[in-house]
Amino acid sequence: MTDEDDRRKVKDERRHPSEKDETAMPRRAHDSSRVRKAIRSELEEVAEEGAETQAESGPQPGRKPQSTVISIENVSLAFEDPILENVSFAAREGETIVVVGESGTGKSTILKLLLRLLIPDQGRVSIDGEDITHLTFDDALKVRQKMGMVFQGAALFDSMTVYENVAYPLREHTLLREDEIEARVREKLDFVDLDAERVMDQMPSELSGGMKKRVGIARGLANNPEIMLYDEPTSGLDPLTTATITYLILKLQRELGVTSVVVSHDIRSAFRMASKIALLQNKRIGFFGTPEEMTGSDDDYIREFLGGF
Amino acid sequence: MILDRFNDAAKRTVYSAQDFFTLAGKSLGFIFVKPFYAADLFQQMDVIGVGSLGIVLLTGFFTGMVLALQLSVQLQQLGQTALVGKLITASMVRELGPVLAGLMVAGRVGSGIAAQLGSMRVTEQIDALNTLGTDPIKKLATPRVLASLIMLPTLTIINDFVGILGGNIIAEFYLGVPSSMYWRTVFEQMLTGGFTLRYIPNDFVQGLTKPFVFGGIISLVACYHGLKTSGGTEGVGLATTRTVVTASILILVVDYFLTQIILAIFTP
Repeated sequence: MTDEDDRRKVKDERRHPSEKDETAMPRRAHDSSRVRKAIRSELEEVAEEGAETQAESGPQPGRKPQSTVISIENVSLAFEDPILENVSFAAREGETIVVVGESGTGKSTILKLLLRLLIPDQGRVSIDGEDITHLTFDDALKVRQKMGMVFQGAALFDSMTVYENVAYPLREHTLLREDEIEARVREKLDFVDLDAERVMDQMPSELSGGMKKRVGIARGLANNPEIMLYDEPTSGLDPLTTATITYLILKLQRELGVTSVVVSHDIRSAFRMASKIALLQNKRIGFFGTPEEMTGSDDDYIREFLGGF
Repeated sequence: MILDRFNDAAKRTVYSAQDFFTLAGKSLGFIFVKPFYAADLFQQMDVIGVGSLGIVLLTGFFTGMVLALQLSVQLQQLGQTALVGKLITASMVRELGPVLAGLMVAGRVGSGIAAQLGSMRVTEQIDALNTLGTDPIKKLATPRVLASLIMLPTLTIINDFVGILGGNIIAEFYLGVPSSMYWRTVFEQMLTGGFTLRYIPNDFVQGLTKPFVFGGIISLVACYHGLKTSGGTEGVGLATTRTVVTASILILVVDYFLTQIILAIFTP
C-alpha cells in the first residue's frame, strides 16, 4: 500500500464518523459521559499497548540497576506571575517521561530548565547527578552537549542544507574528519527513515512538516546524546506522520536506551511512548506515574483531563 | 502612578542599555576567541560588502555630480571654478562618503541582519544553537560585526572615489575644468590637512575612522534588535524598523561628536 493509499484510508476513516456526528449531534449532547467513557477505554487500551512496549524496552534481567539521569527537585519559577511551584520528578536511564497538561501550564518551561536556558528561582535541576542550576554560561554549553533537543517547529537552520544541519553539532564539538561526519549523517538520517541520498542536499524549506521533524531528530541524535528532549514532537502533523514520529521516539528508547523527556498535547501518542507521565496542574505536578496508573486514577481532574481527549 | 511609570521606563532603558553593551562587549571580545567562524565571516563580508557595492556606487557617483553642480553656481560667481576638486574632495572624504555609505548600509544591511536574526529567534533557531552548545553571539553576531568593521571603510573608500569621479565629469563637461587640473587639486586637498604617523593624510584618518565606528554601530544595533525579537512575524518587522531608525540617528549624532573630537585632535 502506498503512502497515498494510507492517507486516503485515514481520511476516509476520519470522514465517516464526522458525517454521522452531524446527524447525531442532539443525542451526543445528552450523552457526553458515554463518549468520555469510550475515550477512556480507548486510552486504557493504548496504555496497555504502551506498557507492553515499555516492558520490551525496559530493564532486562541481569542488567545493572538504572541510575537517575534527570532530576528536578522542588523547582519553582516565576516571571511576572508564578509559572512552576515546587515541581519534582526524575527520569531513570532509558525512561521516557511525557509531560502533559493544559496549554500555558509551563510544560515547555521544564525543557528550558533542563537545558539551563532558564534558571529556577528555587530548587535544583540535575543531569547525571550534577546540579546545573549554578553553572556558568560556558559550562552550561558543555552540559547541553549531552542532550539532543527536537523543537516544535523543528528549528532547522534554514540557511543550511539538511546535511549541514545534521553535521552541525559534529563540526562544532568533535574532531571527526569530513568522511566520518558524512557517514554519521547518513547513519542518523537512515535511523529516522529518511533517504539520505535524496534529502541531504535539500534545504529545510523544501521539506514537509514530518520530514523536518525527522531531520530535527537526526540532528538531535548526531552527537549520540544520552538525553533527548522533545517539544510537542507530533503537533501539526497528520495521523500517519504522528505515528511515524511516535514510533521513532520508541525506537530511540528501545535501540539506543536514550532517556527522553517529551512535552506533548497528544495524549494518545503520549500513552504509547511514555514510561511515566507527568501531569502539570496549577503550576504543580498533579500526577506522576505510568500511563496505566493514570487511566486507573479516580482523581476528578485526571478523569476530566483524559475525558477531554 | 506617574512616578511608577517613569520608574518602569527608566528601568527598562537601563536594562536595554546593559543588554546592548553586554552584546557589544561579547561580540567584539569573541573576535579574538576560538573557534573562529571564518566561513561565516567571509559570507557576511560578501553580503555586506559586495552586496552593498551597487547602491554605494550609485549614491557616491550621483552625490559627487550634484555636489559639483551646486558648487559650480557659487564658484562661477567668484571666478574660482578651479577649486571644485578641492571642495568635492574635502566634502566627500571627510563627511559625505562615510555618512552616506553608513546610511545606505544601515538601510540595506542593518535591516537584513535584524530580519534574519529576528526570524531565527521566532523560529527557535537561536534556541537550537544554544541547545547545540553554540553561543549565538559568537556564531551570529561576531562575524557580522567584524565583517561590518572591515567592509564599511572599504565601501567608504569606493564611495569617496566614485563621488570624486562624478565631480570630475561635471567639472570637465559643465564647468570646463580640465581633468588634469581637477585631479591635481584633489591630491593637493588630500595632502594639505597634515599627516598622522608621517605618511597618512589626516583626511584619510578622519574619513576612515568614521565608517569604522558606523560599521560597529549598524551591526551591533541590528544584532541587538534581531536577537531580542519577540512576538512572531510582527516582531521581526518591528526589529527591522527599529534597527534602521536607531542606526541612522546614531550615525548622524555620533558623526557630529566624532567630527568635534577629530577636529580638536588635528587642528593645530
